[in-house]
Amino acid sequence: MSWLLVMAGAALGAPLRYLTDRAVQTRHDSVFPWGTFSVNVAGCLLLGLVLGLSAHGAADSPARLLLAVGLCGALTTYSTFSYETLRLAESGARLLAVVNAVGSVLAGLVAVWLGGALGDALAG
Amino acid sequence: MGETVKGLSETKRVGRPRVPARKQLSVLAVVAAGGAVGAGARYGVELLWPPTAGGFPWATFAVNVVGCALIGVLMAVVVEAAVGHRLLRPFLGTGVLGGFTTLSAYAGEADALLRAGRAATALSYLALTLVAALAAVWAATVLTRRTILRRRA
Repeated sequence: MSWLLVMAGAALGAPLRYLTDRAVQTRHDSVFPWGTFSVNVAGCLLLGLVLGLSAHGAADSPARLLLAVGLCGALTTYSTFSYETLRLAESGARLLAVVNAVGSVLAGLVAVWLGGALGDALAG
Repeated sequence: MGETVKGLSETKRVGRPRVPARKQLSVLAVVAAGGAVGAGARYGVELLWPPTAGGFPWATFAVNVVGCALIGVLMAVVVEAAVGHRLLRPFLGTGVLGGFTTLSAYAGEADALLRAGRAATALSYLALTLVAALAAVWAATVLTRRTILRRRA
């Protein structure tokens, strides 16, 4: 059952990442991978929110498996993020590569923290 | 300013080839299926290698580094060798590897370590994953490209 929940969440998260990435990438002309950056930050924010709301629940609760492990896990990506960072560096945009690498990690961390604070506040 | 930007994006959208709805749906379907497979595999690794409270999250670390090496291989094969079915890249790259690797669990685990007062572990986890993942995608891409070029020669 737990596998099904994880996979169901991911079957939603992965196409959501694909659609968001395409929507964002067609709306700007810079070489910076804003699409992947956006889904990663959004996924971290959502994860923080889910964990904040279920702070007293079990780590393997159905909601956590579906939303945290499945949906947020598949909505965010490390592989595309690292590949796009490599492409930036190879194309000569070394500064943007560093900004993307460090910026994505820091923004993800801040987003998880913010989501958690929001979840805590909502859970009262 | 607003008009210029709007004009640019309009031109860009008009210039983009229209993808038939059925083809778009098949891409979405393989991305969803691949994402489920990748996330299922990640969950399996987490079950086999459960995290210890306050310890270094090795399972997510391994998943992310291996996933980055694999996308390097995949993209080198798809881009350099220009082989494979049109759904191969969305299925394996966007779907399986995108679902397998994760930035949210990585940031979530680092946040949990920071909250538990394990700042040194959190920072080493953040830095080590980033460095290892970038090294993995770089090395895998370069080695795969070299192998493809050698086979052609």
